Amino acid sequence: MTGPAADWAEGSPERLYVITKGRSGASGGTSLDLVTLIVSRAEPSPEMPPEQAAILRLCRYPLSVAELSAYLALPFSVVTVLVGDLLAEERVQARAPVTMARFPDVELIEAVINGLQRL
Amino acid sequence: MDSNGSDTATRPDTVAGPRSEDVLPDTATAAVKIVIVGGFGVGKTTLVGAVSEIRPLTTEETMTQAGVGVDDTAGVERKTSTTVAMDFGRISINDELVLYLFGTPGQQRFWFLWNGLFDGALGAVVLVDTRRLEVSFDVIERLEDRGVAFVVAVNTFPNAPRYPLEEIRAALDLPAHVPIVACDARLRESSRDVLMTLMRHLHALAAAPEPPARGRTASAIPDANRPERP
Repeated sequence: MTGPAADWAEGSPERLYVITKGRSGASGGTSLDLVTLIVSRAEPSPEMPPEQAAILRLCRYPLSVAELSAYLALPFSVVTVLVGDLLAEERVQARAPVTMARFPDVELIEAVINGLQRL
Repeated sequence: MDSNGSDTATRPDTVAGPRSEDVLPDTATAAVKIVIVGGFGVGKTTLVGAVSEIRPLTTEETMTQAGVGVDDTAGVERKTSTTVAMDFGRISINDELVLYLFGTPGQQRFWFLWNGLFDGALGAVVLVDTRRLEVSFDVIERLEDRGVAFVVAVNTFPNAPRYPLEEIRAALDLPAHVPIVACDARLRESSRDVLMTLMRHLHALAAAPEPPARGRTASAIPDANRPERP
C-alpha cells in the first residue's frame, strides 16, 4: 500500500499510526509477500512494543505474514512495517516465497500436484 | 470486520496464535499461493475452507489512494476508509512447501488488492455463479491482461439454473485453452479437483510456455457496476 499515514482515515487510525510510527508499508524497503514465512530469531523483551513482542511470540514456528495479519487483527500493510523493523534488527528471519518466471517450473507444479493428491 | 476491532480482541499481549495442531513444522521453508477470485457470495471462502488444513483466517487491508481511479470510489474520496477482508486457508504440500489459498472479491473496486496478491501467485481460480456471470467478465479480462494463468470453476448452487459448461464458456467468451469445470465448493474432493485442474493447466503451460492468442473482445464486456457490498 502506498500513500501517507493520513490515508488510514477512520477505523482506529491513531492506533495504526502509533504502531507504525506513521509509516506505511511502502516505506519499509522490504519486499514482504502475504506468504513470506517469518521465523523468530530472538525472544520478546519487556521493553519492546507489544505488537512486535507478539510477532516474536507467534513466529516461534514459521508463520506467513498473512497469518500474522489475521492473528494480530492488523492490516497487511501495518504488519509489513512491523516485520520490516524486526528484520532490520535481525530478530526475525524471512523465508521468501518461491520466485518464478512467468509460469512456475514443472518441478514445483508436480510437487503441488502430489501434495494435493494426498489431500 | 469492525466487530473485531475491540481492544480485547486486538490487544497484542493476548493474541492467540495458531492452535498447536495448526503450527507449521520448522522445516517449512517456502510458500506458494493460489488466488480464488469471484463475486460476493459465490463461495470463495467455502471452497477455501473445504480444502484448508486450518480454519480459514481473515487478513484485511484498508483501501487507500491506490483504490482511486477504479469505479465506485465515491467512498474513498469521502475519507470513509473501506476495509476489505480476504479469507485464506493453507495446505501443507510437503515438509518444506506450503500452499496458501486466498479468496478475493472480483469487482473492479477491489482490484487494488490484487497487486501484491498476484505477484508470484501460481495462478487463479475464477469461481463463477451462473446467476451472476457479469462479475466474471471483467475478472477474466483482467487476469488475461496481467498474464495470470487461471481456470474457471462453476459453483453449482442448488437453486441456480444448470447450463452445459460449453454454454457458460461461450457466455464468458472464454478462450478454448482455458479449462472450465463444475464444482461443489462445499465438498473437499470437488474443491480439491478444481485446484488440480489449475495445476494440470499450469503443467501444460509450463511444457508449452507460449499461450494461444487471446480471443476476447472488449465489446463482450457488460456493465459490471452493481451495487454489491462486502
